Amino acid sequence: MRRHLLSAGDLSRDEAVRVLDTAGELLALADRPIKKLPTLRGRTVVNLFFEDSTRTRISFEAAAKRLSADVINFSAKGSSVSKGESLKDTALTLQAMGADAVVVRHQSSGAPHRLAAAGWIDGSIVNAGDGTHEHPTQALLDAFTLRRHLADGTGDLEGRRITIVGDVLHSRVARSNALLLSTLGAEVTLVAPPTLLPVGVDSWPVTTSYDLDPTLAKADAVMMLRVQRERGAGGGFFPSAREYSRRYGVDARRMGLLPDHALVLHPGPMNRGVEISADVADSTRSVIVEQVTNGVAVRMAVLFLLLSAETTTGTDGSPW
Amino acid sequence: MPPASAGASAGEARDPIRGRPPPRPAALVPASVVLDHRDVGRALVRIAHEILERNRGSDDLVLLGIPTRGVPLARRIAAHIARVESHPVAAGSLDVTMYRDDLRLRPARTLMHTEVPPGGVDDKTVVLVDDVLFSGRTIRAALDALADLGRPRAVRLAVLVDRGHRELPIRADFVGKNLPTSLVEQVRVTLTELDGDDAVLIEAAGREVLT
Repeated sequence: MRRHLLSAGDLSRDEAVRVLDTAGELLALADRPIKKLPTLRGRTVVNLFFEDSTRTRISFEAAAKRLSADVINFSAKGSSVSKGESLKDTALTLQAMGADAVVVRHQSSGAPHRLAAAGWIDGSIVNAGDGTHEHPTQALLDAFTLRRHLADGTGDLEGRRITIVGDVLHSRVARSNALLLSTLGAEVTLVAPPTLLPVGVDSWPVTTSYDLDPTLAKADAVMMLRVQRERGAGGGFFPSAREYSRRYGVDARRMGLLPDHALVLHPGPMNRGVEISADVADSTRSVIVEQVTNGVAVRMAVLFLLLSAETTTGTDGSPW
Repeated sequence: MPPASAGASAGEARDPIRGRPPPRPAALVPASVVLDHRDVGRALVRIAHEILERNRGSDDLVLLGIPTRGVPLARRIAAHIARVESHPVAAGSLDVTMYRDDLRLRPARTLMHTEVPPGGVDDKTVVLVDDVLFSGRTIRAALDALADLGRPRAVRLAVLVDRGHRELPIRADFVGKNLPTSLVEQVRVTLTELDGDDAVLIEAAGREVLT
């Protein structure tokens, strides 16, 4: 039974479409006078953040609160983790408090998987970004945003061409998107300097390129990745920010190469002037602000689908 | 996907047997038709007139169907009223999934569409429309959902079939057909828009289910 959301690759196409459909109905909540549903009343969602985050944590918090769940925010800074508490002891504490769902962000790849598999916590684990591994809810909200613009908000992304550009090596967003978008039928192209493509990328369901311009004319959307200086990008991976920007940044000229309907996405936070120029970020083709709005609806859908069926399974053993 | 659409034509199958012993499909005898398409049509016309009479006209009237089969019923009743009154009547849909009291007991369901007519529900007379009234739990959820959308002046309930066995103090204002049933029977409503034909059927389960 799937009680956790650890990897975008775990979702089948039907399951992913189900999450997106559910999110589509929940998005309408934002237009209602009372932006709250009683669905998860009395359930507890813990945001367990070992790594700095603004939008993901706030997004999960808003999603859980709109479903009437109780939210406990836990950040490593200012907690017992800074005194040396282990992941296990932190997990056991949360279990003792009766967490129904634990949303985990951790600097180490695989930490959410460890929490889900070790049996320390009974609740559902949602991966909110682990190291350079995965960030499945970001991929779901990107797919949701793409589907609203490219597929009228229904079905999958069959045949759409998505170009993902930049620091693929350090990006959990890229991996989750590559897996999910190809599950949904999209053709994904990764564009990055050779130094910023991970080992083993040839086994991903994508094509890769070192050259951005030729991929743009056919792209339905281009997704820019942040250069992750905190993970060492910049130090030796490319000669200078200026050269990176010239070869792999999207600016007004490159936006002109895209088809008229094509979108520009960025998971945020942006390095304006490095991977994306300010005029592109603020243009009408950019859906970066909409991504944030959609993120709340998608995370509500994930929490609803994981938590509402706690005591039973579907016919196929899956809550999705 | 959970079997939200399994036996998709069953008005009660999307809400089966809250805590009751499930009837075994193998034990079902052939369905008997209680209302055919002409009976359904007449019942809806009568409900439309009753709503008009009760409301003294169609001013500030909003019909909200509860998915799945309440939605086309609400549209049809609204069309009948519009024909009689010669001006359009607002109709929409109200999904109650997130307000149900059995969410923790059952697999997660697919959310249906909620569509509130442009005028909203504040100070309107809202008529909730559903196909089968059974335990009353769906209507309780609908009342909660409606309260989050606004504050109607009055809320009424119209159903095509009232099969009894209420578990909550809820009753319908407008009823197409009162249908005394036993708990092991299943009432199925089919509608042209979704199933190709209008009918209300009863499927009786075998006696051994009672044991």
